[in-house]
Amino acid sequence: MQTVTFRVWRGDATSGSFQDYDCEISEGMVVLDAVHRIQAEQANDLAVRWNCKAGKCGSCSAEINGSPKLMCMTRLNQLALDKPVTIEPMQAFPVVKDLVTDVSWNFAVKKRIKQFSPRPPDAEDGTWRILQRDVDRVQEFRKCIECFLCQDVCHVLREHHMHDRFVGPRFLVHVAALEMHPLDAEHRVGELREAGGIGYCNITKCCTKVCPEHITITDNAIIPLKERVVDEFYDPLRKIFRVFQK
Amino acid sequence: MTAYEPIEHDVLVIGAGGAGLRAAIEARAHGASVGLVCKSLLGKAHTVMAEGGIAAALANVDDRDDWETHFADTMRGGQYLNNSRMAELHAREAPARVRELEAWGALFDRAPDGRILQRNFGGHAYPRLAHVGDRTGLEMIRTLQDYAVYQGIDVHMECAVIELLADGERVVGAFAFDRDRGGFKVFRAKAVVLATGGIGKAFRITSNSWEYTGDGHALAYRAGAALIDMEFVQFHPTGMVWPPSVAGILVTEGVRGEGGVLRNSQGERFMFSDIPPLYRNQTADNEEEGWRYTQGDKEARRPPELLTRDHVARCIVREIKDGRGSPHGGVFLDIAWIKEKLPDAAERIKRKLPSMYHQFKELAGIDITEEPMEVGPTTHYVMGGVRVDADSQMSDVPGLFAAGECAAGLHGANRLGGNSLSDLLVFGKRAGEYAARYAQENAAGDIQRDQVADVQRVALEPLDRGVGPHGAENPYEIQQDLQEMMQEQVGIVRNEREMEGVLEGIARLRKRAGRVAVSGNRAYNPGWHTALDLRNLLAYSEAIARAALERKESRGAHARLDYPDKDETFGKLNIVIRKNPDGSLEVSREPIAAVPDELQRIIDAKK
Repeated sequence: MQTVTFRVWRGDATSGSFQDYDCEISEGMVVLDAVHRIQAEQANDLAVRWNCKAGKCGSCSAEINGSPKLMCMTRLNQLALDKPVTIEPMQAFPVVKDLVTDVSWNFAVKKRIKQFSPRPPDAEDGTWRILQRDVDRVQEFRKCIECFLCQDVCHVLREHHMHDRFVGPRFLVHVAALEMHPLDAEHRVGELREAGGIGYCNITKCCTKVCPEHITITDNAIIPLKERVVDEFYDPLRKIFRVFQK
Repeated sequence: MTAYEPIEHDVLVIGAGGAGLRAAIEARAHGASVGLVCKSLLGKAHTVMAEGGIAAALANVDDRDDWETHFADTMRGGQYLNNSRMAELHAREAPARVRELEAWGALFDRAPDGRILQRNFGGHAYPRLAHVGDRTGLEMIRTLQDYAVYQGIDVHMECAVIELLADGERVVGAFAFDRDRGGFKVFRAKAVVLATGGIGKAFRITSNSWEYTGDGHALAYRAGAALIDMEFVQFHPTGMVWPPSVAGILVTEGVRGEGGVLRNSQGERFMFSDIPPLYRNQTADNEEEGWRYTQGDKEARRPPELLTRDHVARCIVREIKDGRGSPHGGVFLDIAWIKEKLPDAAERIKRKLPSMYHQFKELAGIDITEEPMEVGPTTHYVMGGVRVDADSQMSDVPGLFAAGECAAGLHGANRLGGNSLSDLLVFGKRAGEYAARYAQENAAGDIQRDQVADVQRVALEPLDRGVGPHGAENPYEIQQDLQEMMQEQVGIVRNEREMEGVLEGIARLRKRAGRVAVSGNRAYNPGWHTALDLRNLLAYSEAIARAALERKESRGAHARLDYPDKDETFGKLNIVIRKNPDGSLEVSREPIAAVPDELQRIIDAKK
């Protein structure tokens, strides 16, 4: 049995600091297992948010040795264990306590995006006919587990705190899922440009790198959406059309 | 009395997984003001982990399927202890509930003609599970969540209910605390819907998350409702066994539906050696036929790997006990072998079972397209729960409804895979509708200040007691001791002596729980949360052990060494658990309502 030092951020919205815990580890353990062991044996009140412990719910997001990761999917044998493993809360959101942050902003943002609205059914029994190919195209976006790690790493939110002007990569993926949904008949490009703030994204691809579901956020979701915005608002021909329409 | 925030709704829904969300949507659609309480963030509830699919007789893949066959399959799987009216409603209404999900944005995998594709699953006669790869639960909860948030439902995230509040016989609200700040809330509601899910956290090896502490079971029990079928705990045959830290994590039945086979250390397909009489006519007797079934051959019978979960789990335990297990105490589940049959096997596995591929690769370092998995049984689901009226989902307590896993009746002695997601939708909708009606017909009751004060005092005791040398107990240790005991002694195979021991053990743990103390304050304090969970864990663990002692036979998920056979007498009754006025637990046997003739004819015709 090996003993490893975990340097865990403890504190609340007003103040906090790192605290070291020595913890015995065993084969196959993930970071969340270590946090649980520390909680059970040394610090009963250590706050951590988690649910499924299988990478499916996206609750246990944190920064491990400075990288945004799911604690339940980060195996200890992938980390250097000869020095302390640091675990701290996501930086783009306000701290509630210890490793738990207030992510409620994300839920408020989603509510502002126009909801799914299907075209009329294809068949008399009220059902639709969809090709698997068209399903496959959006499945990548629908895999999102809402862990908000992409929001955490996005510099528009993390460094520039533009939460009031930019919805962040998670919700650009959400809009992409809706816009490319084979049944959806709603139109969201206008709000994407304005309230969504898609222009703030300058495609550094940090979000894609941290996505635990391996969604190609920038290339497959954000860039196609940016192109739709350009087509609609900056295409010279369309501009002329709009003038005449008025 | 400590301060609390008073909140009023017509209908209060406790739990925001599939059943809770569907109930909240329906109650709102009927004009009720709705509060939805969830212990976690919205969209993280246990439904998110469901993998295989939603069972509904859409008959898209095999046009011989119909609600009658789904009904008969459900009854057979439940060994006829099911509430036949619930099984009927479920089979009839599931297709409409699935189509409705699609109208709300869910995207299921498609058949070549563009309709919803359906897959094979244990105990279902035809391919019946609408699915999205192996992440159906995520698709379902996200669809419901993204629909619900536009309906004007008040969502109380990270909020946990400690006790239901009563006015005489009737439930009139709930006492809760918010997990992040620790503040108390008193909900006053005309109707309350329990949709709190299951009980897996009382066992050491489980596929369930921390949330599964049987809150709805315990709340309803303390409020005077009857619980039935608590002896039936489903151990899913295939959970991960290695490495130890991931033991219990679910490996979907979809692996077997796609052609995966179970083998012991000698390479034998051991499931062929024990096929129960009830299923003999429908089960393949050779490997070739089994393979053809998984590839859609309508003439072929299903491979024995797709027998019901209770049976497969017991066969796995037998292989392990008899020394034919895998190196880490499981058996082998092999999907990689299909490359002998299919040229594009690896791609197909990754496409059909993406999260299984991912899960084994990242957590165990195993490539399932190349090598077999090691699997063993894991605590997965409880068939037992709050006894409800089949049509309205109301419990014995006026104003208190229950839906989904915390309610009982649909699944009888064993649940078929895929029937839980459809259960959530069908009965979540019904509970929401009838709760809203109840709220229209009944004025709000009165919150009793005495009860609120009592609940508050009990809730704060672990913090007030103070951690120190004077015999204070650590809540995590008590929880672990309970898990260890339940796993070993009320697990897959049971006997009287061990279960008697469990009852004594629970009494001891209850005493220790009375001395539990935690450090820190009320703000996001998992130690305190764990201390508060103990009361519920111990209450339903006792219910499970007492019901299991009372059922002196082996049937479905309940297997006893001392009573290894089925007993006709027990085949006609439910074990019922109630709280006596003096606070003790009462066990009784009550006859199951007779199956109406027209349903019995369906069962007989499909045998």
